[in-house]
Amino acid sequence: MKWIEEFRDPALARSLLHQIERRVGSRPLKFMEVCGGHTHAIYRHGLEQLLPDVMDLVHGPGCPVCVIPMGRVDDAIAIARQSGVIFTSYGDMLAVPGSRGSLLSAKAEGADVRVVYSPLDALRIARNQPDRPVVFLAIGFETTAPATAIALLEARRLGLKNLSFFCNHVTIIPAVKAILDSPELSLDGFIGPGHVTTVIGLRPFEFIPQRYARPVVVAGFEPLDILQAILMLLEQREQGRCEVENQYGRVVRSEGNPRALEVMAETMELRPFFEWRGLGFINHSALRLRPEFADWDAEKLYSIPGVQVADPKACQCGEVLKGVLKPYQCKVFGTACKPETPIGTCMVSPEGACAAYYSYGRLGKLV
Amino acid sequence: MNEPLLERIERVRQAQRGKYYLNDTVVSMAHGSGGKSSQALIEGLVVPALHNPELARLEDCARLQAGGQRLVVTTDSYVIDPIFFPGGDIGSLAVHGTLNDLATSGAEPLGLTLAMILEEGFPLDSLRRILESAGEACRRAGVSIVTGDTKVVGRGKCDQIFLTTTGVGWIRVSHQLSMDSVQPGDRILISGPVGDHGVAIMGARGDMGLELDVLSDSAPVSSMARRLLEEIASVRCLKDPTRGGVATALNEIAQKSGCAIAVEEGQVPVRAEVRGACELLGLDPLYVANEGRLLAVVPEAFAQQALEILQADEAGREARIFATALAEPVGTVYLRTSLGGTRVLDMLAGAPLPRIC
Repeated sequence: MKWIEEFRDPALARSLLHQIERRVGSRPLKFMEVCGGHTHAIYRHGLEQLLPDVMDLVHGPGCPVCVIPMGRVDDAIAIARQSGVIFTSYGDMLAVPGSRGSLLSAKAEGADVRVVYSPLDALRIARNQPDRPVVFLAIGFETTAPATAIALLEARRLGLKNLSFFCNHVTIIPAVKAILDSPELSLDGFIGPGHVTTVIGLRPFEFIPQRYARPVVVAGFEPLDILQAILMLLEQREQGRCEVENQYGRVVRSEGNPRALEVMAETMELRPFFEWRGLGFINHSALRLRPEFADWDAEKLYSIPGVQVADPKACQCGEVLKGVLKPYQCKVFGTACKPETPIGTCMVSPEGACAAYYSYGRLGKLV
Repeated sequence: MNEPLLERIERVRQAQRGKYYLNDTVVSMAHGSGGKSSQALIEGLVVPALHNPELARLEDCARLQAGGQRLVVTTDSYVIDPIFFPGGDIGSLAVHGTLNDLATSGAEPLGLTLAMILEEGFPLDSLRRILESAGEACRRAGVSIVTGDTKVVGRGKCDQIFLTTTGVGWIRVSHQLSMDSVQPGDRILISGPVGDHGVAIMGARGDMGLELDVLSDSAPVSSMARRLLEEIASVRCLKDPTRGGVATALNEIAQKSGCAIAVEEGQVPVRAEVRGACELLGLDPLYVANEGRLLAVVPEAFAQQALEILQADEAGREARIFATALAEPVGTVYLRTSLGGTRVLDMLAGAPLPRIC
C-alpha cells in the first residue's frame, strides 16, 4: 500500500462517477462540504467539473483561517510588534489582512514572526531562547486544538514561563448550525469534515438529520473518498434514509478521540460568544484557555486592542462562507481580490473557497 | 452556473495576465520567491529604473554583440540555507546555476566570475570545501572561474556566505531561442523528476522534522542543451525551472508566447519520496525548485527525437514529454488531472519556502 495512489485511481473514480450519474435525477442538488480541506481537494483534482451539471458543491465555513475576523488579526499583529516577542504561527495565517497590514508585513517591518508546523515547535523555540517571550497563534477547529492543549500542558509541566498562547480555536458545530438556521440557504446534504470528526466523533452531527432532516456523510480527503461520500448521500436519498454515515472509516472512529477531547477539556473552555468572519457573532462557538492557565494566556499577558473591525464593504466573504454566493460571484473576486493581494480571508488560505477557485479555477467550459 | 459572469471574470484575468503592479513599501520575503511578487518588483521597480530594451526582455541572459560575435551574459546570487545540503553545496550550486542559464540561452561558456560576501567568523575549512566544490564543478563542465571579488562583513551582517556568479558565453550554433516563438501544437519536455532540490533543502534544514532520502538535482544541463540545439534546428526555447518550479516556468512561456499550455498530470515525473513529502507539507511538486532540470519546447514533429536525445544523456534518463502548447485559453497554464478533471496552474503567489538558492 502506498496510501495515496490507491485513493486517486482513475478507473475507480470513473466507476463512482457513473454510479453518481445513475442516481442523481434531474432536480438540482446542493451539497455542502463543510471542511476547507475538501474544497481544496475538489479543486485540486478537478472533481467539480466531473460531477453531473445538476449537482452543485457549496463550500462551507470549515477553513479556520477564513473565519478569523479582522479584529483578531489586528490583535495578533499588536502582540507580534511588542519588543522582544517571537511570534509563531501556522504559515497560512501570515498573509491574512488585518485592518492595517498582515503578519507578513509586520515581519517585513521588523517583527520577529516565524512559521511553525506545530505548537510543539513554538515550545522548542521557547526552551531554546528562555530570555525571549514566545507567543503561539493558536487557530483552527477541533483538529488543531488538541495539539495546542498538549503543548500547553507540556509548558506547564516544564514550568516554561516565556511561552504563551493567543487562543483563537473555534468549534465547527455552532457554525454549521448557524448556516442551517440561515434563511437564505437551501442544502440537500453535508459532506462532513473528516479530521474534525476524528477528534469529536460522529455523535455531535446527529442533530443535522434529526432536527434539520439533512443527511451527513463524514468523508476523507482523497478524490475517491469525496466521490464515494457523494454517492452515499445520493443512496440515502434514494433509500429514504437520513442519517450520519462514516465514509472515512480508516481514520474516524464513531466515538472520536477521547484522549484529545480530554486534554482540550482540561485546558480550554467555551467562550460565551465569538465573532466569525462573515457569519457574525455565534454563541459558544470558540475556545479560550481556562483561568488556571492564565500564566500562558497571551490575551491576559499582553494588552491587545480587541477592537471589532468591520469587513471591507466590497468583501462578500460572509456570503461565500454561507454558500449563498459562489466565489466568482463576489464583486471583487479576481479583480481587486487576488491571492497576492487578498481583501477577504477566503482568498488567503489555500483551503479558502476563493483562493482554491482562483488558483485551480473551473476551466471545464473553457477548455 | 452563471456563465456570462464567469466569462467576464476570465476576461479580466486574461487582461491582467502579465501585468504587475507594485503596491508594497518595503521588501518582503515574497519578493524573492520567483513568483508573482518577484515579477512585480522587477517589472514595477527594477526595469523602470534601469530602462533599456535588452533588460526589458526579462530573459535569464542578456545578448550582446561584439565585432559580429554574439555574446551572452548572465548573473545570479546565492544565499541558500543550509550551505551544505544532500547532493551539493552553495559552491557547486553557484556554478551550475550560472552554467544552466548560459546553456538554456544556447550559449557555450567562456568564463565565470565569482564574488563572495563572507561573515566574520566563518570557518575557513567550510570556505575551502565550498571553493573546492565550485572548482570541481567548473572542471567537469570545462569552464574556469577567471576573476572574482571578496568582501567580509561583521558578524550578523550576512548569514555565513553569499555568492554571486556571472557567466559570459558565446553562441556557437545559430538558432532563435525565444519564449515568443512557442506555437500551438508544440510539445514540452522535462529532463527528469521535478521538485528534488526544494524538497532536499527542506529536509536538510530539518525544521519540518522530516528525514528524507532525497538528493538535490543540482547539476549542469549543458550537455543536454548542446545536443538538442545541434540536432534539432527548430527548438523553440529552453528553460531551467528553478525558483517557482516548473509551473512558474511554464507560465512565463505561456505569457510571452500567448499560447495555452496543457500539462498531463500523469506524465509529470515525480519521485515517490518527493511526492510524499509534498503531500505532508501541502506543497505541489510543480511549484518546487529544481537546479538540474532542463525544460525544452520543440515542434511536435521533433518531440520524439528530442526525448531520445535527452534520454541518451546520463542526466536525462527519466525525461518525459509532459505538456503541450495550445491556442486557447490564451496565456493560461492548466493541468489535466489523472482523474480527467482540469485546473489552472497559476504562477506562484507569495513565498512558500525560504532561501532555496
